[in-house]
Amino acid sequence: MGIFHHFMNLKAVYIHWGWFQISITNLLVILFMLVLFGLALVLPFPGNKKGKDQK
Amino acid sequence: MSADIEKEMWTSKLRKGWQKNLPIEKLLPDTQPAYVASWIYLFGVATLAALGVIVASGLVLSFEGASWYHYSSVGHFVNSMHFWSVQFFFIFMVVHLWGKFWMAAWRGRRLLTWITGALAFVGSIATAFTGYLIQTNFDSQWISYEAKDGFNSVGIGSRFNVTNFGQMILLHVAFLPVIIGVITLIHVLLVRAKGVVPPIDAFNNELGERK
Repeated sequence: MGIFHHFMNLKAVYIHWGWFQISITNLLVILFMLVLFGLALVLPFPGNKKGKDQK
Repeated sequence: MSADIEKEMWTSKLRKGWQKNLPIEKLLPDTQPAYVASWIYLFGVATLAALGVIVASGLVLSFEGASWYHYSSVGHFVNSMHFWSVQFFFIFMVVHLWGKFWMAAWRGRRLLTWITGALAFVGSIATAFTGYLIQTNFDSQWISYEAKDGFNSVGIGSRFNVTNFGQMILLHVAFLPVIIGVITLIHVLLVRAKGVVPPIDAFNNELGERK
């Protein structure tokens, strides 16, 4: 099944800050969503030219 | 049938109300305001697209059965497609939620749109949870036996028994998808009826006022 299958079957690794605990996987998902949100705000949308008369 | 009687019929009221609030031009528009030309406005429809893949792959899984998706290559593929489309469904929905929260999307009499979106989010969590419970593997066994204590502690374990596979699979493939489908349909119709929420600093061109 390869490396990916092996990776998916590993035990989750958790990190702690005092009372706060989160798995690396969940942290990566949250960071991915934040990056996606930031990119959606700043990346120019194709065909959206300022000054163009749009309805 | 006289015109007076026709006015009193619920079908007539529904038709007139629908035509007033959601004419076909609003339901199937071919133009959108300029501010919609932004990536942040795409995550709602991306969520809908992911939901479509979830339903399609889920239908295949339900027809083929657990022995197929656990032991055949194509079954593994469709099972993974169902799982990953759920992951992207939630990722897109959360980014959609963040975008709508920061643009205060409940403005302009859109409160019901916001509420139906929140209900869809909560309902989706319940649906995904029951999905984890019916994987028919050790993962689902572990999750159900951890979750039962939580549900029992709040007194609903006798009605919502997470270790009851029959109850969980029926909730996952029948009841909850119908609920999610209806809420999503209402949410989308409300978006079409009220229009896409403008940015907070957008001006109403006709009135010269902020929306």
